[in-house]
Amino acid sequence: MQMNEYKPLIVAFCCNWCSYAGADLAGNNRLNYPADVKIIRVPCSCRVNPMFILRAFQRGADGVIICGCHPGDCHYTSGNYYTRRRMAMLFSMLDYLGIEKERTRVEWVSAAEGAKFAATMNDFAEKVAALGENKRLEDLRCKR
Amino acid sequence: MQRIGVFVCWCGSNIAGTVDVQAVSDALKNEPGVVFSTNYQYMCSQAGQDMIINAVKEHNLTGIVVCSCSPRMHEATFRRTAQAAGLNPYMVEIANIREQCSWVHKDIPTGTEKAIILGKAAVAKVNLNTPLTPGESPVTKRALVIGGGIAGIQTALDIADAGFPVDIVEKKPTIGGKMAQLDKTFPTLDCAACILTPKMVDVAQNDKIRIFSYSEVTDVKGFVGNFDVTIKKNARYVKEDICTGCGACVEKCPMKKVPNEFNLGMDNRSAIYIPFAQAVPKVATIDPNACNMLKNGKCGLCARVCAAGAIDYTQKDEYIEEKYGAIVVATGFNPISMDKFDEFAYNQSKDVITSLEFERLTNAAGPTAGKLLRPSDGKHPHTIVFVQCVGSRCDACAEKGKEYCSKICCMYTAKHAMLTRDKYPDTDVYVFYIDVRTPGKNFDEFYRRAVEEYGVHYVKGMVGKVVPEGDKLKVQASDLLENKQLHIDADLVVLAAAIEPDKSARPLATMLTASMDTNDFFTEAHPKLRPVESPTAGVFLSGACQGPKDIPETVSQAGAAASKVIGLLAKDKLTGNPCIAHSNELMCNGCSSCERVCPYGAITYEDKEFRMPDRTTLVRRIAVVNPAVCQGCGACTVACPSGAMDLHGFASGQIMAEVDAICK
Amino acid sequence: MNNKYLYEDLLRMSGVNPKKCMRCGKCSATCPAYDEMEYHPHQFVSMVENGDIEPLLNSDSLYKCLTCFACVDRCPRGVEPAKLVEAVRLAAVRKQGANHLKADSVPDMLDDETPQQLIVSAFRKYSK
Repeated sequence: MQMNEYKPLIVAFCCNWCSYAGADLAGNNRLNYPADVKIIRVPCSCRVNPMFILRAFQRGADGVIICGCHPGDCHYTSGNYYTRRRMAMLFSMLDYLGIEKERTRVEWVSAAEGAKFAATMNDFAEKVAALGENKRLEDLRCKR
Repeated sequence: MQRIGVFVCWCGSNIAGTVDVQAVSDALKNEPGVVFSTNYQYMCSQAGQDMIINAVKEHNLTGIVVCSCSPRMHEATFRRTAQAAGLNPYMVEIANIREQCSWVHKDIPTGTEKAIILGKAAVAKVNLNTPLTPGESPVTKRALVIGGGIAGIQTALDIADAGFPVDIVEKKPTIGGKMAQLDKTFPTLDCAACILTPKMVDVAQNDKIRIFSYSEVTDVKGFVGNFDVTIKKNARYVKEDICTGCGACVEKCPMKKVPNEFNLGMDNRSAIYIPFAQAVPKVATIDPNACNMLKNGKCGLCARVCAAGAIDYTQKDEYIEEKYGAIVVATGFNPISMDKFDEFAYNQSKDVITSLEFERLTNAAGPTAGKLLRPSDGKHPHTIVFVQCVGSRCDACAEKGKEYCSKICCMYTAKHAMLTRDKYPDTDVYVFYIDVRTPGKNFDEFYRRAVEEYGVHYVKGMVGKVVPEGDKLKVQASDLLENKQLHIDADLVVLAAAIEPDKSARPLATMLTASMDTNDFFTEAHPKLRPVESPTAGVFLSGACQGPKDIPETVSQAGAAASKVIGLLAKDKLTGNPCIAHSNELMCNGCSSCERVCPYGAITYEDKEFRMPDRTTLVRRIAVVNPAVCQGCGACTVACPSGAMDLHGFASGQIMAEVDAICK
Repeated sequence: MNNKYLYEDLLRMSGVNPKKCMRCGKCSATCPAYDEMEYHPHQFVSMVENGDIEPLLNSDSLYKCLTCFACVDRCPRGVEPAKLVEAVRLAAVRKQGANHLKADSVPDMLDDETPQQLIVSAFRKYSK
């Protein structure tokens, strides 16, 4: 029964031009996804500093997802390519530290893909929930 | 410490239906910095906005959090409200509790809980907001058009028409570009010169337009509204302002064996030359590689016959520096080299020609005065084979050609075939095609007319090889529909060569920090919605430098680019986006990491003197962001190893605070 | 496709992707053995792509191909039809087994410029 009460905490970074608009579209079309997903708006996915992700895990987030424009569609021409490289490095390091690969993800969601946004979030939340609570990077000093 | 007001919107029942708005405004009341919290049915209505304005005055608010719909919807509205209340508009943050909360979650406890967390994140962010003022920069009200073909001409005319001065830089001695070399234009068959040369004259006579012919751009500095451009005016050894273009020098010049570029080397010109009769500016130019006087100081005939005294053998290249507000790239295209296509025997036989050469061959002002004669022996050809897609649609690794479809070849080949059959009904005309692509107004009808009315033989297949044998060209080809191999004894073979961007485009793109694709075509800021702007602010694209285009498309793109330029030049000041990167000079160590990732070239380095505590000075290299060029993507903030680079409006501290608020 | 296994085998042996073909027919236009063949180079590519491989295996065309590589050189899409023909030939040889021509019996007078694959395919042809 305890597993049912467990709700994962998921932080989603969405770029302003594509994915955040995609999330809005999911809302417009009333496509449900778990309330565990909390979205933070950034101008471009490349604004996401690996520090933010580490901080989220430190503070008890169970999963972090970064959404950007599709390759080639970046509003800033090449930002999402930087994201892809940086996150590939960061995620493999996190994997090494014991943060499972399923807890981190980079996904391309365009402003027209409300359905993809909802589906991605459902899938991601499900995978993270299956892994359970993230304890590996959690900083106990941050616990209240 | 900020004094923050929280305003929770019901949005009728849109939010209030799944979120307990009262609970949200109560919960946020106790957040650090919040001094006032309320909720209302429609925050974006006039009454709602008045409520915000009154609360700002009553509670001396310094920051505002609106929990409502998406910031993409009403952020601008609430920023204006804040401004009306005397606050800096960038002290407003929106918590998106409609699209990303009430509309996607079904039960009230979940929705309310999430809305509170989103509200807390927004409050945490506003606590760190700082007032931002958009930078302003003046606009130099002059445009530069690089390239003087039909694209550049049309753009310049349209900009000048709106009253702004324009300069055209053209590397050839005359404007006109490829269109001046064409004979007729599809699908209406009006003669290219008849519609182009009046436009060239318009350019010459327009007092808003200056033409820098025989010139090139050598350096571009600055940014949108304020470009500093260096133009190199090559020495033409003729004083442009004195020369009347009478042509006496051209006649007398003894050096008459120089291949004529304008006719693609199919005839010769003299060392001093005017490219063609309608050239603009109609000024002679001396070819320094051919002129005896310039090479070894013997001759000087042209100076003796020039009544105006315009010849100046001592002329030097001249560098001109000029300021511009906007730059239009219209560098155009060239047919690719046929050197690698041995199978078509282009280099072995004079009677294998490209379509552009065929164009000159049928042009009344061309080397044969418009008579279709074989370049080798001047005889009338009876069998002509046209080969399409030579070098177009090649595989990337084939190296010989280009991967893309050159777009214009299907139509001009249909035109050539039709005109040949029209003028010389005794000729057999074969067109070998892979696909006939005619998407354009009246294009397919034109192609069908070539087949049905003029009896051009269209054969589905490709030519495998061309072998010169005697005075014939043995053409071996396949007919895929009849499944047989054809052997044709042709008199003339015309290759529809692929087109590629002009070679000058790549160095120019580097100067402009404009991006290019793998084929060296300029990329547009958005393939659908911003097709004539380059991603670099203030740089616009016109014509075939952006991709293969026919004349109607080029002209419409030129007009579109001109209207974008006019829109830019009509502004007295450019207001920037204040959410841009800035570098903390005390932390910056000048490592160049940020410069390398910046897609806009907005970051430069300068040496700055710092006073040290012991009163000595230290010169350090630090990054400086140009606020007019930065678009605020934030790539540099992550690349910066020392944390000196940060983004206004989305500062690392602010995003970190949001993460903390969400993860509590 | 009923010949999926053979189809994939051919692609693996030849390293050719027939899907890249844009049906221009330049291979057939350039082929010196065209008139001798029942199935022409462009048909080879198209038939293999459609899994229509049986008729090719039984056709004399396999041995009419000179392996001159003109089609490989001139194909604008880099499809390399001659390599596909060679792969079908190899499939035919494998089917019947036995190799009648031994490498030792080839005279020692080969041109250095001759493509390796031409020599190999000559072996296969004479193994018929």
